[in-house]
Amino acid sequence: MDANLFTSMLFATVVAGTPLIIVALGLLVSERAGVLNLGAEGMMAMGAVTAFAITHHSGSPWLGVLAGMSAGMAMALLFGVLTLTLMANQVASGLALAIFGVGLAAFVGKPYEAVALQAVPPIRIPFIADIPLIGEALYNQQLLVYFSWALFWGLLWFLYRSRAGLVLRAVGESPASAHAIGYPVIRIRYLAVLFGGAMAGIGGAFLSVFYTPMWAEGMVAGRGWIALALVVFATWRPLRVMIGAYLFGGVMITQLFIQGSGLQIDFPSQFLSSLPYWATIVVLVVISRNVNTIRLNSPLSLGKPYRPDA
Amino acid sequence: MTHPPASIAGAASNPRLKLSGISKIYPTVVANDRVDLSVRPGEIRAILGENGAGKSTLMKMIYGVTRPSAGQIFWEGQDVQVTSPAHARSLGIGMVFQHFSLFETLTVVENVALALPGAQALDELAERITEVSTRYGLPVDPRRHIHALSVGERQRVEIIRCLLQDPRLLIMDEPTSVLTPQAVRKLFETLRQLSDEGCSILYISHKLDEIRELCHTATVLRAGKVTGECEPARETPQSMARLMIGKELPHCEHSQAAASGEVRLRLAGLSHAADDPFGVDLKDIHLEVHAGEIVGIAGVSGNGQQELLRAISGEEPLAERFPVQICNVEAGRLKPGQRRKLGLCFVPEERLGRGAVPGMALADNALLTASHTQGLVRGGLVDAGRARAFAERCIEAFKVKCGGAGAPAKSLSGGNLQKFIVGREILQAPRLLVCAQPTWGVDVGAAALIRQALIDLRDRGCAVLVISEELDELFEICDRITVIAKGRLSPARPTAQTTVEDIGVWMSGLWPGAETDEPLAAPTPAESLHA
Repeated sequence: MDANLFTSMLFATVVAGTPLIIVALGLLVSERAGVLNLGAEGMMAMGAVTAFAITHHSGSPWLGVLAGMSAGMAMALLFGVLTLTLMANQVASGLALAIFGVGLAAFVGKPYEAVALQAVPPIRIPFIADIPLIGEALYNQQLLVYFSWALFWGLLWFLYRSRAGLVLRAVGESPASAHAIGYPVIRIRYLAVLFGGAMAGIGGAFLSVFYTPMWAEGMVAGRGWIALALVVFATWRPLRVMIGAYLFGGVMITQLFIQGSGLQIDFPSQFLSSLPYWATIVVLVVISRNVNTIRLNSPLSLGKPYRPDA
Repeated sequence: MTHPPASIAGAASNPRLKLSGISKIYPTVVANDRVDLSVRPGEIRAILGENGAGKSTLMKMIYGVTRPSAGQIFWEGQDVQVTSPAHARSLGIGMVFQHFSLFETLTVVENVALALPGAQALDELAERITEVSTRYGLPVDPRRHIHALSVGERQRVEIIRCLLQDPRLLIMDEPTSVLTPQAVRKLFETLRQLSDEGCSILYISHKLDEIRELCHTATVLRAGKVTGECEPARETPQSMARLMIGKELPHCEHSQAAASGEVRLRLAGLSHAADDPFGVDLKDIHLEVHAGEIVGIAGVSGNGQQELLRAISGEEPLAERFPVQICNVEAGRLKPGQRRKLGLCFVPEERLGRGAVPGMALADNALLTASHTQGLVRGGLVDAGRARAFAERCIEAFKVKCGGAGAPAKSLSGGNLQKFIVGREILQAPRLLVCAQPTWGVDVGAAALIRQALIDLRDRGCAVLVISEELDELFEICDRITVIAKGRLSPARPTAQTTVEDIGVWMSGLWPGAETDEPLAAPTPAESLHA
C-alpha cells in the first residue's frame, strides 16, 4: 500500500468514526445515569436537518451546529418529560422517539433535498500536521473532529476524577440510595439525557454540514443505532467507545476501498458491507468479556424508572 | 472536634430532638399517628416495635427522606422543617439504614465522599476514614470496592460515613440484624463511646435483650402510635413485649426429636463455583438431614446461603448427580420440578419474584408449586376450583390477612405473604422441607405459629432444613445446628450441646478443624483457588 493511500484511508477512518464517537459518548453519559434513550437515530436526524437548514439560510456552519445541538436537546427534553416526569417506559418511548425523529426530519427536510452546501475547509494544526503519513490524516481535520477528542478527554476526567461524575455514576447504580443520601435524582437524570441529546444533535450536524454537505432523507443511515450498540459493547467505558468507533470507521472505509478498487474478489459485496458491523461487535465483545469489569461498569438501574417518594 | 462535656451536663432539660404530634398518612394506611418523642444529648433511646409499627417511617421523617403530614420537629429547641437528607446532615443528623444506601460498584472512599458536602480530595478523605475507623474500632480499607465487603464491613462504612460528619444525633435502623453476636458487642462499644462524647442515638430494634443491654430509654410504637415509654434496664422482656405487641410473648412447644429416621437429604461433597462473579463458591459441603429432625444452618448473610439453597432446590443444576441426594435419589442434575416430585418442598428467601409471582392471584401462586402434590392439574387442564380450595386452606391454616384466594400476591404485606408461602409448602406434607428465613418480616405472633408448624411437621416424620440468620430462632426449633461461612459448612452439633457464643464464633468461619485459608476480614482475592 502506498503512503498516500494509507494517509487518505486513515483520514477517512477518522472522519467516519467522529459522529459515532460524539453520539456514543453522549449516550454513555445518559446511560451512566441509568436512562436508556433508544431515540438516538431520531435525535441525530433532527440535528442533521436543523443544522443543514440553518447553515443554508445563515451561511454559518457554526450557527448550524448550534441549531443541530438545540434540536437534539429538544428531542431529548421530550424524551425526558415522557420517561422522567411521566414515568413512561424508556424502551417504548425511545423507540417512538427514533421513529418520530426520522419521520419529522424527512418532513422538515423536503425543501432542502436539492440544495448543496459549500464544503467547510478543514483546520490545519501547524507543525504537527507535517508529520509524515499521519499528520495530514489526523491534524488537518474538521473542528468537530478535534472536538470529539476533547470530549473524550473531558469525559474521562468528568467520570473518574470529578465529584459530579461520581454522583452521576452513583445515580445510575442506585437511584434509591442516591436519593436517600440527598441527591436530586430526577434533575441529574434530566441533565444527563439533555447532554445525550445535545451530542446526538452535534453528531447529526457533523453528517449533514461537514461529512457530506447535503441533506437526504435517511442519511443518518443507522448510525444512531450503531452508537447505542457501541456503548453497550464497550461496557460503558469511554476508551472502548473510541476504539469501537474507529474500528467501525476503519473497516467501513477499507471495505469501501476494496469494493471501489475493482479488485476481482469472490466475496459478495453484501458480505463486505456487513463487515464493519460484526467486526466491531466481535472485537468489543472479546475485549470486554471479563464479567467482573462488566459488573463494575454497567449502570445497574439502566432503563428502570425511578420515582422518589414524597 | 469532640463535643465538650458541658453539653452533656447542661442537657437534662434541653432535648436535642423533640417530635410533637408527628403523623404520616399514606393513601391506604396511617403509618404514624401523633407521635411524641424526645432525645437528650448523649442519650441512647430505643424505638421499639414490631415490623410495620411505623418505626422506619418515623426515622425517615427525622432524616428528611419523607415529610410528615402533620406535627412539628424541634431541633435543639428550634422548630425546623427537615426538607432533605442533605439538610438533615447539615443540622447534624446522621442515619445508618437497615437496607444500606451504599453503591456497590464504587470504593469505600468514593461512597463516603458522596455523602459529604463539597468537593473532597479522595486521598485526604481516605486518611480521615482510617483515622476515624481506628478511633472507634471500625476497621475498614478505604480503597476497596463495596461489593467485595462483607455485610458487617458495609455497615461499618455506613457508620463511618455518618461519623465523618460529626453528627449530634445518630439514627440506627435495625443495625444488628446482619451481625454476628461478637460484632454486635463491638458495635455497642462504639455506640457507648459516641454517647459518652455527647452524641444522641436513636436505636431502632425489635430485639428486647439488645435494647435492655444498650439503651437508656425506650419509646414503644404499636400500629403507628406511641404505646409507652420505659427505662429498659428496669423492665423485663415480658413487660416490654406486652407494650410492643399488646400481649404476652408466645412460645412454642419443642419436644425431643424422635430417634433418627432415614436420611432424606444428603449433601455429599457439594462444591459449586458461583456463576455470579460476586457470588460465593460452595466448597465441599457435607450434611445429612434425617426424617423427624430439624437441622438449622446459621450464618451471616452472603456466606453462601443463597447458593446452597439454589443447589438444593435445583434452580442451579450441578454438573454431577451424587452431591445432592434427595430421598436416596441422586438428584444433582434434576430440575426443581423433578426434585419436588421426589418429595422436596422449599421456601426461598425472596418472597416476591421467587416465592410468588407478584401479579398473580394467590390461587395461581398455590398452583405453581402444589400442582403435582395436590392434583391441581388434570389432563393438562387447571382445576381452578381445587386450586382455589387449596389456597383457601393455606390462608385459613396460617391466618393470612388478605382479600381471599383471588387477591394478587403483591397486595399482601410482606409478613402475610411469607405466611402464605410457608403454609403452601407445609400443607403439601413434604418428605423434605428446605426453608430459608422462615419468619423473616413476620410479627412475633405469626413467627411462633410458623415455628410451631415446622415442629409439628417434623413430628409427623418430615425432614426439615432451616437456613436462618436469627440465632434465637434456630436455637428454639432446631435439633441440630450447623454454620455456613465463606461457602463452607461446619459440622452439625446437637443444639443442646452448643451455645449462642460458640455458634457466633463459628459464624466467622472458625470452627474446630475448619480449613481457614485466611484470617478474619482479610482481603480475599485468592479464595477461589481452593475450589
